[in-house]
Amino acid sequence: MSLNPTRPEDLGPILLLVNNIEVVYHDIIQVLRGVSLKVPEGRITALLGPNGAGKTTTLRAISGLLIPEDGEVVRGEILYQGKPIHNRPPEEIVRMGIVQVLEGRRVFKHLTVEENLRVGTLTRKDSHLKEDLERIYHYFPRLFELRHRLAGYCSGGEQQMIAIGRALLAKPRLLLLDEPSLGLAPLLVREIFDIVARVNAEEGVTVLVVEQNARVALSIAHYGYIMETGRIVLEGDRDYLLENPDVQEFYLGVAKGGGRKSFKEVKAYKRRKRFM
Amino acid sequence: MSFLLQLLFSGIVLGLVYALAALGFVLIYKASRVVNFAQGQFIAIGAFLAYWAMVSLGAPFLLAAALALALTALLGFGVERVFLKRLVGQPIISVIMATIGLASLLDGLIHLTPYGAGNFSYPSFLPAGGVTLLGVQISYAQLLAMGFTLLFLLAFTWFFQRSTLGVAMRSVADDQMAAMSLGVSVEKVFALAWAAAGLTAAAAGIVVGTISGLNLDGLVHIGLRVFPVVILGGLDSIPGAVVAGILIGVLENLAAGFLDPFIPGGGTRDVFPFLVLLLVLWFKPHGLFGTEEIERV
Repeated sequence: MSLNPTRPEDLGPILLLVNNIEVVYHDIIQVLRGVSLKVPEGRITALLGPNGAGKTTTLRAISGLLIPEDGEVVRGEILYQGKPIHNRPPEEIVRMGIVQVLEGRRVFKHLTVEENLRVGTLTRKDSHLKEDLERIYHYFPRLFELRHRLAGYCSGGEQQMIAIGRALLAKPRLLLLDEPSLGLAPLLVREIFDIVARVNAEEGVTVLVVEQNARVALSIAHYGYIMETGRIVLEGDRDYLLENPDVQEFYLGVAKGGGRKSFKEVKAYKRRKRFM
Repeated sequence: MSFLLQLLFSGIVLGLVYALAALGFVLIYKASRVVNFAQGQFIAIGAFLAYWAMVSLGAPFLLAAALALALTALLGFGVERVFLKRLVGQPIISVIMATIGLASLLDGLIHLTPYGAGNFSYPSFLPAGGVTLLGVQISYAQLLAMGFTLLFLLAFTWFFQRSTLGVAMRSVADDQMAAMSLGVSVEKVFALAWAAAGLTAAAAGIVVGTISGLNLDGLVHIGLRVFPVVILGGLDSIPGAVVAGILIGVLENLAAGFLDPFIPGGGTRDVFPFLVLLLVLWFKPHGLFGTEEIERV
């Protein structure tokens, strides 16, 4: 791995530190094999990688949502503002200011859009429902028009807005996004990511976004990690990752020498990775 | 005409009791998909606790009712914490067997008390007689029962539609994982649903006791009547429980009034609602107000 000039510490104080964690499901299936990452405060960090790399598991280890899936952090530690939070129940972690937006949007189908948003305010003692909702409608004007509709009847893009909006209502300091682009049309993906960038810039919410779509994630991220088969294999700031030949070839679809990428090279790459 | 009105009115009162009893059942099913077969025992316990408070402690009716409501809610909460918490995520048949076992256990416990057999009635606290409206005789007990029931139904409707905690409880019914991701404690919601079920069961028991006296078998029987009501209304619908409760109450009374004279032996009130139930399910398998799957195309 070539030397990376920027470290996460250079971008801001470290809000979240994942230190060499191993995660096991059902006491036997090991998914993470020593993952370490740092999330600088006030920035957007991307966690990229293929299917099954362990990205979602990493997010769930942070948000506490491993517990209902019968998963457990068996080694290492997760420090949030210097305090260990691994294996704590999710409601406690939400109260500390970490909220995860689940993969696949998972709106409450039989609740209206506004009721969906309202659930997000449950953990807050200082909630002023009206102003809070207005703040969300400011970022997502379309949700205001749809506020009385059942969320189950909203489109995929609208449901993603609901999912992000209700998470923001819990007033997170750290927002975890799991595959927000999944199943959405490219224009909508752009719109959603632009809004995430705006929320980050205007409210200072720190974001950790998991994505398979590296191009769109790196368009807004300040720092990025690449994960394969339960390990972080590469990290760096946005420009470093965008210029890295491996990232270009396997995550951005730009082939070496300008030609089309071939599966032969993919295999060679995988073989090479095994020895890293 | 006034015979029909009389039947309709007492049918509505009976139906409101069913609605109240069904509400607790629906709350539990909606939150945790658990079918509670011990609802009838909760009803009996609530009713007899109020009786005990009035007779043995000499408490006035309202205080006795409040005490019974609180204790039965606590019982519901405790049952969830002790028995059902461990069964979360287990096959539905295990959970059903557990609530059937719970029903037998509570039955046995009530039989150990002096209230297990015989008829009881609350010391009278209302003036005798009542009012006459459109030729229908309405006793004060019936009036009180109606007021009490409506108050409960309104309070619960408000809670689930307008309060953040109520909306959060409904969110658990929709998607537990998503609710957890927003900091909703699913465990607390389950415990709360059981406490609320205890509360409404006790309310139903006290209302029945006020109108028609206390008898263990009669009270437990109402818990069984809840099944046609909730299936007709849709297992997870609160308005469905109310509408179906009133519908079944009225149908029972109409059957008793108009069909029984033609059938040797009578007893049509126990059968007729089920015929209507079958007919409705034929056309609406989710019940009148049951949640249908939302599929986007």
